[in-house]
Amino acid sequence: MSKNKVLLTDPLDDNNPITVQVLGICSALAITVQLKAAIVMSLSVVAVMAASNVIVSILRNLIPNRIRIIVQLVVVASMVVLVDEVLRAYAYDVSKELSIFIGLIITNCIVMGRLEAFALGNGVWRSFLDGVGNAFGYGAILILVAFFRELLGSGNLLGVQVIPDSFYEMGYENNGMMLLSPMALITVGLIIWVQRSRNRKLIEKA
Amino acid sequence: MDYANLFIKSIFIENMVFAYFLGMCSYLAVSKTVKTSIGMGFAVIFVLTITVPLNFLIDKYLLQLGALSWIGPEYAELDLGFLSFIMFIAVIASMVQLVEMIVEKFSPSLYGALGIFLPLIAVNCAILGGSLFMQIKDFSGITESAIYGFGSGIGWLLAILAIASIREKIAYSNVPAPLKGLGITFIITGLMAIGFMSFMGIKL
Repeated sequence: MSKNKVLLTDPLDDNNPITVQVLGICSALAITVQLKAAIVMSLSVVAVMAASNVIVSILRNLIPNRIRIIVQLVVVASMVVLVDEVLRAYAYDVSKELSIFIGLIITNCIVMGRLEAFALGNGVWRSFLDGVGNAFGYGAILILVAFFRELLGSGNLLGVQVIPDSFYEMGYENNGMMLLSPMALITVGLIIWVQRSRNRKLIEKA
Repeated sequence: MDYANLFIKSIFIENMVFAYFLGMCSYLAVSKTVKTSIGMGFAVIFVLTITVPLNFLIDKYLLQLGALSWIGPEYAELDLGFLSFIMFIAVIASMVQLVEMIVEKFSPSLYGALGIFLPLIAVNCAILGGSLFMQIKDFSGITESAIYGFGSGIGWLLAILAIASIREKIAYSNVPAPLKGLGITFIITGLMAIGFMSFMGIKL
């Protein structure tokens, strides 16, 4: 049982998809301006990863090796279409805000990466746990970045103002730079710095 | 003039890497040396220039609301837009495969240079992103979409080339240990993105 638990907890820190495996950075950071969009995006990735990991794991002995990439792409794409349609039906404004980035989950390397590296060689239940674990690790970084960007960039959290008016009267200003894309990259860089200072075995040799 | 504007905009202002973080995975993975990054950059330009106009045609004549009206008036109400993700990714994956085979047959030297990068490109988000942005931007003609694809590819090449040359130099610098490798690359990319923001508002 503890072996299965590792599948869930490992991606949160030691084997984080974004800061350690360097997967899935594409398309993720653009939607971290606001916490709400980041949470919706993370949940979508959890759903897509869990479902496609399970499906590929079920099919793993039937998929011919030569065409496995295309099969995987089709499985992932169908899951993403489902998520996209659900979002359009129940959370239209968020789905408009995420624009093309829901579609880009298809080519998000983390989904393909885990399918290739894990689901093709492991049973259904373990693949499910691996999918959920990695998606959570990914979502954790996304939400962390969005937290700082929304807090420092617009003084809000989840759209509610958290920095009191008295601060602004004393001369505090929102940092508009945090809302622009460069600061997302720099925030991730700093998160990596903090994480690797705490967890020294992750430091790169080169 | 509009074409020139679109071209400049797609290279600098709406740069795939710096403005939208597209293609970041291969951008980080392949940028260790200048030589490989040039190969990857050209492969991306190549595939984007082909797939964006192709997907434009598919979107316009098969998927959009009313796109099928050329078959008959009873199809005018049909909206296959929900299929666009699957269609686009299938087109990209098969085009990449096709391009790989053609290049291998007719130009072995080019194949040697691009070969190993072509399969990687099928899952490069910059490629699918190009097609999805094309769909949102609602281009009026195939020329516009081809220019957009070509420009975005060049923008991506510029970005990866710049970071690869910086990374080659930074290997000799004394970076704090926890920041080595990935961390410093992220921060440099952020600083480069700030630089690219100075192109904002340029019009020809």
